[in-house]
Amino acid sequence: MHDVEALFEDMRGAIPAGPVKIKEAADSGKKVVGCYCAYTPFEVIRAAGAVPVSLCSTSDKPIAAGEEHLPRNLCPLIKSSYGFALTDTCPYFHFCDLVIGETTCDGKKKMYELLDRLRPTHVMQLPQTYFGADALNVWRAEIERLARRLEAELGVTITEDGLRREIKKRNEERRVMQDFYELSKPDPPLLSGRELHLVNEFFKVSFGDARAMDTIRELETKLRENWEAGERRVPAGRRRIVVTGCPTGKSLEKVFDAIEENGGVIVAFENCGGLKPNYEPADETLPPYEALAVKYLGIPCSCMSPNTKRLDLLETLAGEYKADGVVDIILQACHTYSVESFLVRERLTGGKRSVPYIPVETDYSQSDTEQLSTRMGAFMEMIA
Amino acid sequence: MLVRFEGALSPNCVGVDIGSTAAKAVVLGGDGSILYKAVVPTGWSSAGAAEALRENMEREGIDVSKARVVATGYGRVSVPYAAKTVTEISCHAQGALRLFGRDGTVVDIGGQDTKVISLSKGKVADFLMNDKCAAGTGRFLEVMANTLAVELPELFALAERGGGAAISSMCTVFAESEVIGLIGGGRAKEDIAFAVCESIVARVTALCGKQGGGREFFLTGGLCESEYLRGRLSESLRAPVFTDPLARWAGALGAAVLAGVFLS
Repeated sequence: MHDVEALFEDMRGAIPAGPVKIKEAADSGKKVVGCYCAYTPFEVIRAAGAVPVSLCSTSDKPIAAGEEHLPRNLCPLIKSSYGFALTDTCPYFHFCDLVIGETTCDGKKKMYELLDRLRPTHVMQLPQTYFGADALNVWRAEIERLARRLEAELGVTITEDGLRREIKKRNEERRVMQDFYELSKPDPPLLSGRELHLVNEFFKVSFGDARAMDTIRELETKLRENWEAGERRVPAGRRRIVVTGCPTGKSLEKVFDAIEENGGVIVAFENCGGLKPNYEPADETLPPYEALAVKYLGIPCSCMSPNTKRLDLLETLAGEYKADGVVDIILQACHTYSVESFLVRERLTGGKRSVPYIPVETDYSQSDTEQLSTRMGAFMEMIA
Repeated sequence: MLVRFEGALSPNCVGVDIGSTAAKAVVLGGDGSILYKAVVPTGWSSAGAAEALRENMEREGIDVSKARVVATGYGRVSVPYAAKTVTEISCHAQGALRLFGRDGTVVDIGGQDTKVISLSKGKVADFLMNDKCAAGTGRFLEVMANTLAVELPELFALAERGGGAAISSMCTVFAESEVIGLIGGGRAKEDIAFAVCESIVARVTALCGKQGGGREFFLTGGLCESEYLRGRLSESLRAPVFTDPLARWAGALGAAVLAGVFLS
C-alpha cells in the first residue's frame, strides 16, 4: 500500500517540476510548441521533432491582467490563458516557440488575434460539425497546413513514417489512460476522483516520456493488487458521479472537493483533460493525415453543432460507470456548454434509466466554495 | 424578535437554520408540534447567531444539550451543538411538505440565493439555485431598498402604488446604476420600487421556468411575508402561489423534522 502512496507522491511532485523539464528540453535545442486545446494534433508536432505542451489556462491569478485587454464577461479560461501570456507567468508559454490555437469559440478565436502579438500563434480553422465529408476535408487540410507551418517555423520535414510512428505512440498513451480509467468502474472505485484528477494532470506533464506512462501503468497494477488484497481506498456507499462540461484544472478542484466531501465519489471525468479526448484512438490503418482528421474532428466538444456524440458518450459512461448522478461544470460565459446543458439534462433524465443531473456554473475564483458545497451536498441528499 | 408558543416544553427535535441574513430555530415536541421558534439577525458571525439562538432556547427552558439538533443554512457548519448538518434544499423541501402537506414547487427567496425545488412523492425530484450572482435574491431587494432609502416592507408598499418603469439588467450592480439613473431622471419612488419588484418577479419566474414550471408553488424564506410579492409571483407564474405564516421558518422546521428522522 505504501507503494501506491509513493507513486501518488511522485506524480504530485512531477506537476510543479514540469516547467524544469521543458526548460531543459529547450536548453538542449528542442523546439517547444504551446497548445491550449484537445483539438491540437500532438502527433504532428511530435513528428516535427518538437515537444507539445499544454499552456497554463486554469488559474484565477492572471485574469485581472487579462481583463486589461479582454472584456470582463468572457469565459475565465480565455482570460486566464491570455493573462498568463501577457504577464509572462506561464513557464510553458515562456519557453514555447510557437502557439497553436483553434477556432473553438468566438472568444478564443478573437483572443488568438491578440495573442499572436505576444508569440507567433497558428490558428487552426476548426469546422463546426463532425458530420459530413466536407468538414472532414477541411479539417484534414487544416492539419496539413499546420504541418507546413511547423516545417517552415522549425526548419524540419515531417514525414509520413514519422506521423505513423507518433500516431502509434499517442494511441499507446491513450490506451494507458483508458485502461487506467477502468479502475473506477468497480463499486467502490479503486481510487477517488481527486486521485484520478491527479493522474490526468500528471499525464498532461508526461511530455511523451515513456517512463511517465510506465508510472501510470505501475500505479494501475499496484491499485489492482491492493484491491485484490482487500484494500478499499474509497468507502462503500458513496454516490458515483460522472463529471462533464468545460475543461477541468486546478481552480475547479473546488467542485471535485464539493462532490467528494459531501458523500460523492467521481468515477469519470468526461471533460477535456479526462476521457473525452482519449476514448477514441486514431485509426492506424488509414493514411496518417486522414486518421488524424477523423480522430480529432470526432472529439465531442460543445463547439460542434449538433453535438449528439457527447450525449451518446455521456449516456454510455453513465451506464458503464454505474453513475448515480452527472455533474456538468459550466464556466461562466461559456455559451456552448451552457446552452447544451438543456440537451444533456433532457437526454440523461429522460432516458430508460433516468440519471440525475445538475449543472454548476462557476469561474476560477474560490469565492463560491460554500455555495458549491451546498449545491453538491443537496444533490447528494437528493440522489441518496 | 422572539415568538413564544403556548404549551408545555418537552424539547425533542431542534432545527437551526443559519441564513445569510437571519438565523432561525424551531423546536418540535415529541408529538411533532412546534413548541418554540426564534429568529435573530445573523450579523457578521454565524457562530454568534447560533449561540444567540442557543441562549434563547435555554432561556425558554429547552435543554439544547439533550435535544436532537440538525443545522442547515449557509452557516450550518458553525453550529457546534448540532449533531448533523443537512443542506437547506432538503430542509426547505421537508419544511414545505410539513406546512403544505403535498407535492409542489417550493420557491425560497433567500438572502443570498434563490432556490426552486420540485417535490415529487414527498421527495426532492430536482432543484435549481441562482449561480454566483445576487440577481433575484433577497440581497438584490435589500441593495435596491437601500438605494431608495426605504425598508423592505415600505418598498413593497411603494411598488403596489407604482408602475410603468422597468429595470432591464439582471445584474445587481448594473441594476443599481439603472435605479440611480431612474432617480436622477426624476421618476417617482413608487415607480422605481415597482420596477425593482418586477425585476425579481421576472428573475424568479425564469428560474421556475427553467425548472420545468409547476402546477402550484409554495413560497418560503424571508420574503414570503410580502403579500404583494406573492400576488405578483402568482400572476407572473400563472399558477397559485401559497405561503404560510410559518413559511419563513421552513428551513429550520424542515431541519427539526429531519432531526427526528436522522437522529432517532
